[in-house]
Amino acid sequence: MTGWSQALSAHPDAPHGETPTLTGNRGLQLEEPLLFEQDSAGHCGVDLPEAPSHRSRLGGLERQGPVGLPGLSEPQIVRHFTRLSQKNYAIDSGLYPLGSCTMKHNPRLNEKLARLPGLADLHPLQPETTVQGAFELIDALAHWLKTLTGMPAVALSPAAGAHGELCGMMTIRAALIARGNARTRILVPESAHGTNPATAALCGYAIDPIAANPRGRVDLAALKSKLGPDVAALMLTNPNTCGLFEDEILEIAAAVHTAGAFFYCDGANFNAIVGRVRPADLGIDALHLNLHKTFSPPHGGGGPGSGPVALAATLAPHAPLPWIVHGDSGLALVEHAEGPAANSIGRLKGFPGQMGMFVRALGYMMSHGADGLRQVAEDAVLNANYLRVRLAGALSQSFPGACMHEVLFDDRFLKDTGVTTLDFAKALIDEGFHPMTMYFPLVVHGALLIEPTETESKASLDQFADAVTGLAARAKSGAGADFHAAPAFTPRRRLDETAAARKPVLRWRPEPAS
Amino acid sequence: MPALRFTKDHEWIRQDGDTAVIGITDYAQQQLGDIVYVELPAAGTRVEAGKEAAVVESAKAASEVYAPVSGEVVAVNDVIAGDPAKVNADPMGEGWFLAVKLDDPKALDGLMDEAAYAAFVAEQG
Amino acid sequence: MRYLPLTPRDRQEMLTAIGASSIDALFADVPAAARREGLVDLPLAQGELEVERAISRMAAKNVAAGSVPFFIGGGAYRHHVPAAVDHLIQRGEFLTSYTPYQPELAQGTLQSLFEFQTQVALLTGMEVANASLYDGATACAEAVAMAHRITRRSKAVLSGGLHPHYREVCQTYAQFSGLEVVALDAVFDGIDNIDIDNNTACVVVQNPDFFGELRDWSALAMRCHAAGALLVAVVTEIVSLGAVRSPGEMGADIVAAEGQSLGNALNFGGPHVGLFACRERHVRQMPGRLVGQTTDAEGRRGWVLTLSTREQHIRREKATSNICTNSGLCALAFTIHLALLGEAGLARLARLNHAAACTLADRLAAVPGVSLVNNSFFNEFTLRLPKPAAPVIATLAEHGVLGGVAVSRFYPQRDDLADLLLVAATETTTSEDIDIYEQALREALR
Repeated sequence: MTGWSQALSAHPDAPHGETPTLTGNRGLQLEEPLLFEQDSAGHCGVDLPEAPSHRSRLGGLERQGPVGLPGLSEPQIVRHFTRLSQKNYAIDSGLYPLGSCTMKHNPRLNEKLARLPGLADLHPLQPETTVQGAFELIDALAHWLKTLTGMPAVALSPAAGAHGELCGMMTIRAALIARGNARTRILVPESAHGTNPATAALCGYAIDPIAANPRGRVDLAALKSKLGPDVAALMLTNPNTCGLFEDEILEIAAAVHTAGAFFYCDGANFNAIVGRVRPADLGIDALHLNLHKTFSPPHGGGGPGSGPVALAATLAPHAPLPWIVHGDSGLALVEHAEGPAANSIGRLKGFPGQMGMFVRALGYMMSHGADGLRQVAEDAVLNANYLRVRLAGALSQSFPGACMHEVLFDDRFLKDTGVTTLDFAKALIDEGFHPMTMYFPLVVHGALLIEPTETESKASLDQFADAVTGLAARAKSGAGADFHAAPAFTPRRRLDETAAARKPVLRWRPEPAS
Repeated sequence: MPALRFTKDHEWIRQDGDTAVIGITDYAQQQLGDIVYVELPAAGTRVEAGKEAAVVESAKAASEVYAPVSGEVVAVNDVIAGDPAKVNADPMGEGWFLAVKLDDPKALDGLMDEAAYAAFVAEQG
Repeated sequence: MRYLPLTPRDRQEMLTAIGASSIDALFADVPAAARREGLVDLPLAQGELEVERAISRMAAKNVAAGSVPFFIGGGAYRHHVPAAVDHLIQRGEFLTSYTPYQPELAQGTLQSLFEFQTQVALLTGMEVANASLYDGATACAEAVAMAHRITRRSKAVLSGGLHPHYREVCQTYAQFSGLEVVALDAVFDGIDNIDIDNNTACVVVQNPDFFGELRDWSALAMRCHAAGALLVAVVTEIVSLGAVRSPGEMGADIVAAEGQSLGNALNFGGPHVGLFACRERHVRQMPGRLVGQTTDAEGRRGWVLTLSTREQHIRREKATSNICTNSGLCALAFTIHLALLGEAGLARLARLNHAAACTLADRLAAVPGVSLVNNSFFNEFTLRLPKPAAPVIATLAEHGVLGGVAVSRFYPQRDDLADLLLVAATETTTSEDIDIYEQALREALR
């Protein structure tokens, strides 16, 4: 029993761990070992009957030894995962200003709807007569998305934004091949999400970066000089990752089309313009929508997502399988590349798509309606601009003027303070906030990209602005050491990512028997 | 005295007869930060001037190491593959990457010498 | 609008603070020709009650799997998910958090994913696993691409026993990437003739295969390795690994699997959760997120996302994949369900599934004209009917039995497969369900 003392004897300012308690826990700071370290061999958290005896038909392929899974009861499991959950920050617990990620409130109605047995307990291979309501829901979602984008078709199977990009770029390649020449180059602005060049490469294209102009937009002259008969498409994010609307977008679209290329738009930032601008009116040929950003399905700690792609008429014939079509006896699935879908690029995932996300997105859109969705865009832009103005004196805005749904700062305000963007973000954690997106986009030095979304109140924005302003003042007053040490009030202090990458430990293994 | 030359991509190359040893400069390792992984070509393969010869990674960045010259790889430094921190600690010595047999023994002539490289780095700020 | 906290007064005050005359001034960068002044042509805002009513009405038009005798598998399986799973994944701290890029604020997500990776590695018999991909089919396509990177060979051979959706997704992914995909014809009554040459990057097989037959791929693994190729093993029913030898034990180099069976509802096909495991020496060619163990500034154990230089946000066009999402919450559900089961529960669950399928197979094969195609199976098997299976399925559905899936739904061009019916049973299948199905099938075939 050495090495620990009761909390009463510990000085309240003592660093964590200096006077450990018996359990390792202190107040609401709960340590939690791995599941595998809590094994009571043979125990089980479910009560299942024993199978009736019968002749095995496993063909001699019976498992030979144990899997190695631990045994725990239900209360132990519930406590384990509840404790783990308490080590997470979430949009439910506070402002989550991650630029380019659109961390907005996730309405609970949609969770309820997605769990209706008539939707959740449906098998994708059921006879079509038994899933007409599911087709109707998918068709309704498609109608909303087509109306909001102004585009005639939408491909619903992509499972996430990057998957949607793959879908869009494959339809572009298919359309170009049908026209006789797949072409070789894709133009991608330097400020693009990393998924854009990665996707273009998967489609067999070479990537040609385009510089930004001093206003943080695509340099139109540079774009025009790079366009040519070998360019397959431009991939552009609009509003772009600097939080700015590409104000020369009509000229950009015209130049791309004149060159015989397609205009792909990364719609990750659709939240800024939903209900106010239709991508079709911008000359866009294909655009993916991250349903989990603009239309609120929860991010779930990294997924699942859903990335439908709105397509122009020229690309629609190449949309991936399956298609939902209006037939004589209701809605029907086209599951093979035949009939109307003869020119499809094929199947991009198993089964029709991310139905659970469709339900949530449709619930969100129906709740807001045409009026509410327009208000979403307006409030998102208003909130970002309010923060822009509130933080103008404290941080250094990268590009002057109004922003859209997110505002980009760089690290000039930290010059000569010895504090980096990373330190600043970690210190913000100690102020009770999740940090903004750091070091992205790559077009400015030490980027800090802030996206409050429309679901923050003015009071919440004021609090955040005050906290950031106070931190910036502290950085400038020479408190650099405090910043390097942050965060101090999290379940773990700064974690050693270098050690993790040098000697990767990617799973638990039992201690070797000594 | 073997010739020591530098590239604008921050590789160094030290020639000794018809072979040369290649690594990354101190400036390059500082820019990358703590190096966590090095991917080296196999001995016996060829590298081409200006083309990727190796990859070096920190936790948050990856960078190609370009061959300053063409030739056949005659040796690689397995020590840094096992202990990449050596590249940070001693980039010009123990942290070398690979040795090549030069196609052209005069291939280093067009590259920067130590003074020119120092001036080049100073320009980078 | 209940989800929008700003009041009209807030908006006015904020516009004043910004120095903008109106909200329109903030949209001034949008070209005039593209500005929409009025509302789009869609319904207006509705309350919870109205939305719930409208969507519930759509749901009510469907036949929920749990409301009828249900025997459909084919890559998605209906299992009982303990109530604790859904309760825990709905905790806001899990549900509403982002990808754990700030590890100090996401130790909960990171630790649970580390547990997930460990479970997947143990189940599949592999050394390491990633933090999940979209689904089994896309995981399979990623495995093919990974094999290509490792071997620098360009051909992938897909067994005819591979799930047709998996085959199609591999073909879609590969069509513009320079990879050659050789998809062998579906065979249900033997092992396909797999040819491995010196340009073969990998052979992709499935166990149990699409027709439910159990296959020992050990010899094929040796053939692959002797020829410098990799064996990619697919598992669409992960519960089978509670009873059946793992792909790792058979010598697989990469495992691509569907994890929906544990923790996740059928969801009409998505979201599901792709499992991906491989040998440790290939980890740097792996796609997707990985969680690794490390220590914090005070030396305490913690977790971070690691080896991210493989990924698109750093490597851009040279990334191992363009993937930027995992199936996080579905992976969490998988982890919680498997934690509840534990070693003993998983084995028991697998035995229950196998026993239900054995009973069902015997009963249905006793129906006149019906024969069992399989020599072995886990919880799904193929029947040969005396007539085409598709109309029989339709007839059964009319009588309130979801009796499986006609193989012709996947292979409409293959007349030789028209009479085949794929049928699954799980622990949710009752003896009453089996009675009803047997009777309904007799009548449908009469």
